[in-house]
Amino acid sequence: MGFLEELKALLPGRVLTREAELAPYESDALTAYRKRPLAVVLPERKEEVIGVVRLCHRYGVPFVARGSGTSLSGGSLPVEGGIVLALNRMNRILRLDPEARIAVVEPGVVNLEVSRQAAPFGLYYAPDPSSQPVSTLGGNVAFNSGGAHCLKYGMTANHVLGLEVVTPTGEVVRLGGESLEGVGPDLHGFFVGTEGLLGVAVEITLRLLPKPEAYHTVLAAYESLEKAGEAVSLIIRKGLLPGAMEIMDRLSIEAAEKAVKAGYPLVEGLLIVELEGPKEEVAEEAKVLEAILEESGALTIRVARSEAERQAIWKGRKAAFSAVGRLSPDYLVQDGVVPRSRLGEALREIQRLSREYGLRVANVFHAGDGNLHPLVLYDGKRPGELEKAEALAGEILKLCVRLGGSLTGEHGIGVEKKGYMPEMFAPEDLEAMERVKRALDPKGLANRGKVLPEVAHA
Amino acid sequence: MPEARRLAEVVEAVRAYPRLRPKGGGTKPALSTPREGEVPLELGGLSGILEYHPEEFVLTALAGTPIAEVEEALKAHGQYLPFHPPLKGRGATLGGTVAAGLSGPLRHRYGGLRDFLLGVRFVDGEGRVVRGGGKVVKNAAGFPFHRLMVGALGSLGVLVELSFKVFPFPPSTKTLRVRLPGLEAALEALRRLRLLPLDLLALDLVPPATLEIRLGGFPQSVKARLERLQALLEGEKEVLEEDEAHWEAVRDLRFLEGSPIWAKIPAKPQRIPQLEALPLGPRRYLDGGEVLFAGMDGEGLLALRQAGLPHLVLKGAQDPLFPPPPEAFFAKVKEALDPSGRFPLG
Ligand SMILES: Cc1cc2nc3c(=O)[nH]c(=O)nc-3n(C[C@H](O)[C@H](O)[C@H](O)COP(=O)(O)OP(=O)(O)OC[C@H]3O[C@@H](n4cnc5c(N)ncnc54)[C@H](O)[C@@H]3O)c2cc1C
Repeated sequence: MGFLEELKALLPGRVLTREAELAPYESDALTAYRKRPLAVVLPERKEEVIGVVRLCHRYGVPFVARGSGTSLSGGSLPVEGGIVLALNRMNRILRLDPEARIAVVEPGVVNLEVSRQAAPFGLYYAPDPSSQPVSTLGGNVAFNSGGAHCLKYGMTANHVLGLEVVTPTGEVVRLGGESLEGVGPDLHGFFVGTEGLLGVAVEITLRLLPKPEAYHTVLAAYESLEKAGEAVSLIIRKGLLPGAMEIMDRLSIEAAEKAVKAGYPLVEGLLIVELEGPKEEVAEEAKVLEAILEESGALTIRVARSEAERQAIWKGRKAAFSAVGRLSPDYLVQDGVVPRSRLGEALREIQRLSREYGLRVANVFHAGDGNLHPLVLYDGKRPGELEKAEALAGEILKLCVRLGGSLTGEHGIGVEKKGYMPEMFAPEDLEAMERVKRALDPKGLANRGKVLPEVAHA
Repeated sequence: MPEARRLAEVVEAVRAYPRLRPKGGGTKPALSTPREGEVPLELGGLSGILEYHPEEFVLTALAGTPIAEVEEALKAHGQYLPFHPPLKGRGATLGGTVAAGLSGPLRHRYGGLRDFLLGVRFVDGEGRVVRGGGKVVKNAAGFPFHRLMVGALGSLGVLVELSFKVFPFPPSTKTLRVRLPGLEAALEALRRLRLLPLDLLALDLVPPATLEIRLGGFPQSVKARLERLQALLEGEKEVLEEDEAHWEAVRDLRFLEGSPIWAKIPAKPQRIPQLEALPLGPRRYLDGGEVLFAGMDGEGLLALRQAGLPHLVLKGAQDPLFPPPPEAFFAKVKEALDPSGRFPLG
């Protein structure tokens, strides 16, 4: 029996090989990249994942784990001649223990589902990528996904307490446990963010938090992006720690208005600030915030007086990506990070690059943590325009590193940004990553060709 | 005894000695005392804050910097290390805290060390200098070596430079001490409090039946929340208006003084009855029962091992870590970063 026959024997009826069946798996949300895998397998239990990984190891066939394929950096792009492990069918919440404040889930569980199931106990799962209604926890773990609340609550790594992992050689290990504190090296913390290069997560233990008692959500309009950015600095300087601070520029505001009619004022910069916590504390903080926003020269200030008004303020922000997508046939999203105090400088430079390249760039970003989300608009049908968009996106990445930040705050390196890794990391850093990869995956099968730039191999 | 005050000296020492044991402030002797054949590497001189931008919420310092020095700098800007590193008053350093993987009672509010470490620069077992993470509060680029160093006991590299996320310290605090009739009642109250959105700074259980609850925020709000909390709980109550000195003593683990063996034991409220049945000495559960710091003698330690409960001994034992890290993953990482086995956990 050959590889495919053995695979089919392992997962009868759940190995896809026909062209039409493979098509949906050829790319992720970074649609500019496409590759046809040898096969797609649909495991339903972790024993099947283990079996498939062992088989791949025996035959030396590369594999890519896949959740919902919403990666924006080509993380779940197939490897030619390799297989895709599509984990969506492994979508059971195995245990939800309110007393322990944990949920134990399979990797194909969708992010938002955890909060939904935890809601009756007054609990929720904090990391909230905008893709949370569709993206899976396996994907979130691999990418250390973020969201709008990272400054205060951290990213996925901070909410994963334990993992069961199949290593690329087919060994099964438990990393971490159920407690917020562990002993020994934080191996589960290390696994989160390694983008599937060190194995497949088959079980994930998540930390749940009590849902905040009160929210205070404010929308403030500014005559410039810089003014909105200065307001954020002022908030930080006054010692407030809002749950979220988001900024949108004019292009994104217009797009969001067209798409969902959120009722946003058409200005150059919009700031959303959300305070959250016990009602007495939020009330006190709200007074401080009000004074700050007055002082910051806001043109208008809108405070949500009800949950419906709060949702209305968030609606446009949450729809921003897809709304901007409607303005243009294609777009690339970057998510570089800059130190918060350099936000103004970064935005000015992005505007300059946008003019220089003759491509529109919309900006929606997590202002509290300096995580930019420039959307580079282009038309893939025009010859050369994708290349131009990629070059512009690359300039933005280099800019972020130059200002002391990072290539990515939450979307990962994938295939898209691996060429820029040497901008941020020295050869010794990349070699150390390479050595860890080689020790755990001597045949280089797990998500081959991602994250680590080719130069490091040399 | 080799002593390193600069990066180049760390590299030199690593290359010169076949087996090394890094030492910071020496506050956790079970981890820093050299075993047979090991040479101690003194890192107390590798000290100083390198970068601190209050507005960025980021601080970078050399690994041998005393926690006390870092906190003093932060305090001048109304900020703190929210994971509340223990043993500050005894001279603990940043590096030793990270290597041991320790957080104090205030971790309850925003999270522990693993949630606040942003980046690292270390020297691996072959004398290579490696960076992981970054100096911004959000970052997902590359393998997160900084998280790997948390609790690694120096087994994968000598920490040289560390970057942390820091937060504003609340404008005021107060503490409520509640004495309940017995362990069962205390656990019941603890379980209830864990599910409520009270944003407590600390929630400790002092066996057999006392809860210590710290609140932080604007004075008006703290007052109102304290009243709400009192109404919520049965038992005999006492308010500590001035509570800073009390919590400093707790984080310095002063309650363990006099015990021959000190250990950190990961826990959960459900596990507390089992732990309470063991022959342990003075002790305190932090963070709503998520972790126990306990004093004990040899009998207590043996009981912990026999019960198969994971723990880390900070003082008073040769073999501090139980269980050893999972072989199938850890041994590979060790092979990649310390192939000659220069560092602990070889
Ligand atoms: C409209 C939109 C909005 C978005 N907003 C955000 C946002 O706000 N914040 C944010 O952080 N991201 C955001 N993303 C990016 C994306 O949703 C996240 O990266 C998400 O975590 C991917 O999840 P997924 O299930 O789709 O994973 P996939 O795309 O299928 O896979 C992502 C990576 O994870 C690996 N992987 C998947 N499962 C496993 C597993 N079990 N074990 C090991 N590796 C595995 C894959 O190999 C791949 O490398 C957005 C994407 C879109 C399209």
